[in-house]
Amino acid sequence: MNKADYQKLVKRKSPKENWIKNGILVFISGGILGSLSELLLNCYATWLSIPRKDAGILVILTLIVISSLLTAFGVFDVLVNTFKSALIIPITGFAHSITSAALEYKNEGLILGIGANIFKLGGTVILYGVVSVYIFGLIRLLLVGG
Amino acid sequence: MTYLYAFLFCGFICLISQIILDNTKLTPGHITSLFVVIGAFLDIFGIYDKIVLYCGAGALVPITSFGHLLIHGALDMAGDIGLLGLTMGVFNLTSAGISVALVLGFIIALLFKPRH
Repeated sequence: MNKADYQKLVKRKSPKENWIKNGILVFISGGILGSLSELLLNCYATWLSIPRKDAGILVILTLIVISSLLTAFGVFDVLVNTFKSALIIPITGFAHSITSAALEYKNEGLILGIGANIFKLGGTVILYGVVSVYIFGLIRLLLVGG
Repeated sequence: MTYLYAFLFCGFICLISQIILDNTKLTPGHITSLFVVIGAFLDIFGIYDKIVLYCGAGALVPITSFGHLLIHGALDMAGDIGLLGLTMGVFNLTSAGISVALVLGFIIALLFKPRH
């Protein structure tokens, strides 16, 4: 058996990542998360009688608190193994990245550990968000004027 | 009806990112950054506002809404006081999320031990 044949055999036999099955699971669990947060938003809006816009911020904060606590107890990583991007793409992933970075570098001290590394993973979202907002905002100001 | 739209939109965003994750070499970091930029792009002319109107929290929870909130605060301020407002308003709406995540992360780092 020559090398090319062997490569072909390896490619055929190696377990394929079953992305269709993953996709269905992620679609359903991500959708349920979306529906649950809509339910939570409606609850906040009625119970606290605040406008829907403020209730939306409150929903985001609730998710951040929950996922930070889950990260602290080490449950979040287990859940991510099962639900994958259904938990990474919502705001829960952002909170997880900040809390886990802070926890991981705790041993290197308050300033050079936690302080310097807390945005290690979450900073990319903020950086590219702000840069794109400047560009898009300038485009809109030039085109529409406000 | 909003519940159904919230389900579909949030599920759809997660599905796209999972397909990208499984079939390319991009990491979650790449994908979240990409989605923030897409969210900001969709809100240049208020498209994402329409999506939020129909999907409710289903559109607020995915990371695309982070870009939407960033540009929304910036454009609101820019509408009031011009170009300077763009620089002042960027974090207006997202500061709640960022600051809570930071403070909680700090407190948790002080109280808990890292697990591997």
